[in-house]
Amino acid sequence: MKALIDWVQGIGSDTLHRLSALGRAGLILAQALIARPTPAQSFPLLIRQLYFVGVLSLIIIVVSGLFIGMVLGLQGYTILVDYGSEQAVGQMVALSLVRELAPVVTALLFAGRAGSALTAEIGLMKATEQLSSMEMIGVDPLRRIIAPRFWAGFISLPILAMIFSAVGIWGGMLVGVDWLGIYEGSFWANMQNSVDFFDDVVNGLIKAQVFGLVVTWIAVYQGYDSVPTSEGISQATTKTVVYSSLAVLGVDFILTALMFGDL
Amino acid sequence: MRIRGVELGVGIFMLAGAIALAVLALNVSGLNLSKQEGSYKVYALFENIGGLTPRSKVTMSGVTIGQVTSITLDSDQLMARVEMEIYKDIDYLSVDSSASILTAGLLGEKYIGVTTGADDEMLSEGDYIEDTQSALVLEELVGKFLFNQATE
Repeated sequence: MKALIDWVQGIGSDTLHRLSALGRAGLILAQALIARPTPAQSFPLLIRQLYFVGVLSLIIIVVSGLFIGMVLGLQGYTILVDYGSEQAVGQMVALSLVRELAPVVTALLFAGRAGSALTAEIGLMKATEQLSSMEMIGVDPLRRIIAPRFWAGFISLPILAMIFSAVGIWGGMLVGVDWLGIYEGSFWANMQNSVDFFDDVVNGLIKAQVFGLVVTWIAVYQGYDSVPTSEGISQATTKTVVYSSLAVLGVDFILTALMFGDL
Repeated sequence: MRIRGVELGVGIFMLAGAIALAVLALNVSGLNLSKQEGSYKVYALFENIGGLTPRSKVTMSGVTIGQVTSITLDSDQLMARVEMEIYKDIDYLSVDSSASILTAGLLGEKYIGVTTGADDEMLSEGDYIEDTQSALVLEELVGKFLFNQATE
């Protein structure tokens, strides 16, 4: 009987811990974002973070986009050529990239490349008491450290996803048209007939925007809330990657069901 | 000078994003910026729509002149009532035009093909296209063929 009560109590305390963590995450985000805007101070900080979070992620995004597009083109060709409809490779590559792969893979790569770095950086700042010394001299670390990093991730992820799509489609065209000899006109015509700007491109963009919110939020929260020891930072970094990957995949299903499914 | 390089990098990054979006919009999705603004509604009754869906194309000689907006069952005639939006500048469809449900390719999507007639009066908002031809349904064709074979 006692074991049962302990078990129920365990569930209760676990739930309360999770809820309070969610509340802290919401508070951090709200305090970092809701404030009187001071463009003169925050804009240079934002530019610097955009550089670290966005520009330096470009290479991994471009390379993986290129290879994913090329693989899609190759796989699509080998299957579709059996049915004599290899022109549909363009349609397949474009739809799968724009709707699903670009937002999701970009968000996963972004969580690994930029999210973990954000967590580790903020966590180390906390461990070396830089955040508390900022508070001592009257600078709000939430606005100085968290806000520019959050906005940088929120802005860069859709841009990275668009670049991923464009490069991937180019990679698919490289394999399909230039190497395997699909007629270029029908490749593009099929693609343009089936891809709709608002239904596909804009929905993909909305997905990427939501993932940007989720991944960066998790990253800055885990960093800010980490235990200020070397072990705590390593755990927080791991949690960032694991939680944001799972969140991206879960949210992706919900968004897909809302946008494309008839659920 | 370090900040200059950073700002330059971010500028290029933003531009690359905008270019990628433009490529996706114009080249991949074939977005037509000169979107047709006005349109008028025309109806047609079909015995069988055979897989026609809203947003299907309405074409004339293969050129898109509008799209299907809704498909309902007409309770009086017990036929499918297809509502189409025809672009405003296509104002030369005569009232004796005919509409047929066609298939793009062997397994492609269904669309409506309109052929115009000889009447002087033109179709306008809310008119019905009287002369319609239903979709070809494979099972019906096979059924007819078997029936003909049996009777011979």
